Amino acid sequence: MGMITVEHLSKRYGGRTVVDDVSFTCPPGTVTGFLGPNGAGKSTTMRMICGLTPPSSGTATVCGSDYRRLPNPGREVGLLLDAGAQHPGRTGREALLLSALAMGVPRRRVDECLDRVGLSPAAARRRVRGYSLGMRQRLGLAQALLGDPRVLILDEPANGLDPEGILWMRGLLRDFADQGGTVLLSSHLLREVEAVADRLVVIGGGRVVAQGSRDELLADSGALVRARDPQALRAALDRAGLPVRATTDGGLLVGAEPGAVGQAAADAGVALVELRPAESAGLEQMFLTLTAGGDVRKDGK
Amino acid sequence: MTVDSTVPPRATARTSAGRSSGTAPSDHGRPSLLRLTVVELRKLTDTRSGFWLLVVIALLSAGIVTVFVLSVPDGDQRFDNLFAAAQIPVGLLLPVLGILLVTSEFSQRTLSTTFALVPRRHRVVLAKLAAGVLAALAAVVVCLATTTVGTLLATGDGATPGAWSTSAAAILGSAVFLVVNMLMGIAFGLMLHSTPLAIVLSLVLPVAWSVLGELVTRLRSAAEWLDIGTTTAVLVEPPAAGDLTAGQWARLAVSVAVWVGVPLVAGLVRTARREVS
Repeated sequence: MGMITVEHLSKRYGGRTVVDDVSFTCPPGTVTGFLGPNGAGKSTTMRMICGLTPPSSGTATVCGSDYRRLPNPGREVGLLLDAGAQHPGRTGREALLLSALAMGVPRRRVDECLDRVGLSPAAARRRVRGYSLGMRQRLGLAQALLGDPRVLILDEPANGLDPEGILWMRGLLRDFADQGGTVLLSSHLLREVEAVADRLVVIGGGRVVAQGSRDELLADSGALVRARDPQALRAALDRAGLPVRATTDGGLLVGAEPGAVGQAAADAGVALVELRPAESAGLEQMFLTLTAGGDVRKDGK
Repeated sequence: MTVDSTVPPRATARTSAGRSSGTAPSDHGRPSLLRLTVVELRKLTDTRSGFWLLVVIALLSAGIVTVFVLSVPDGDQRFDNLFAAAQIPVGLLLPVLGILLVTSEFSQRTLSTTFALVPRRHRVVLAKLAAGVLAALAAVVVCLATTTVGTLLATGDGATPGAWSTSAAAILGSAVFLVVNMLMGIAFGLMLHSTPLAIVLSLVLPVAWSVLGELVTRLRSAAEWLDIGTTTAVLVEPPAAGDLTAGQWARLAVSVAVWVGVPLVAGLVRTARREVS
């Protein structure tokens, strides 16, 4: 049973399909990384989950209910959809106070959350106009945590954070999930979510191109191989019937385990420079292909 | 503001995320309209622009009373005349406050937060209307205060006959006048979603209609019913401010239905499902 359940969600603007039949679930106690290049449909999907964008078809539920039917959604779901969407004339603390007032959490919770995301009382008294993107992200995260929710939905929360901030945020999200919470966070950088996500949903051109547990997706990604003579290697692999999934800078990504690749190279007498399990190189390659507008399909399940 | 004290304190997220293993429906009740109204009232005052607009409204009310006291013949410096004058700038600027209460959420993109916390969007609109009514009533009090000070200054010698003459009707008239102006601003903001467009159209359209009614003979009787400038003027103009006949109330009601009701309904429909970014 998922705390977030998305079923056949689609969004069309005129003739353009931005989100195309997207389905996935986020079980409690997990962090789900929602990955895709910019413009892949991540934000639109998240906005449809939260009832801010009406879907063209399909459904989404959060905590077992249509988001718009949650009586006090701020107490169930913490949202960070757009760190820039704060009134520049309000202080950071005032922005949180308004939300706290609306969802009925005590005032001291505002200071707790500010403290938790590392915004000092002095910073919280300043107007948001003067905040850096990183500070806005922290403020947005404080707002998401304010209602003490059991689900977090965060759109590109690492944008604008420095490396230390990213590390800190990973720890926070990991803790949240370990306490039984559910996290859905999007990113256009594989490296950023790889370290914290238990599950990955990869989206490109509005469609889900891969999803499953991180370990499955990373394990299943074949071998990375390089030879001094790439053409000879390619021919050897083709002869052995091993599928070459993609080309990287000077190497080949092969949909087979390294042993089989090495054997094929040895049989053909091709000298290898490098041979190793592809690990995230597979996902990364898929990612690059997505960004370049290619069409790839892969199912980790 | 003590609204937040009605909710029992909860554990911090660290410990309470643990309750989250199921998808059982929550025990958190939806926020009351009162609570949401308090939020909207706070939004009126917690930004620099909102705060200064309120200050300017009060200062203009005081300013026009001062001008009145300095320039009008002594015999006319009575409470009822001053009260009417004090409301003119307030009546003009309250719609702007109402417009900003709605449109600033679009222009500053805070609407996604507002609607994420209260997905039943009509409740946000209701809270904004309630906050608008309360702000307009507060404006009545401000006008009464500036008028009282003005009358004291102007008639300190006690020589003006009937200096303090006013009526409950005049105060009721003022309340209706300012509330209608405020709600019209909110309705236009809600219909148009854009600050400049809403300000211009809410000022220009009623005047244009009024001029049209003057020029086109066949429209004259319709204009009489729909010219909100005329139908609301009787609410504030002395000596019989707020003392409306049944016919005048009817005309007021019809003009309010057109200039407040129609844009409000159109705005609700437009805002209900619109994508918020």
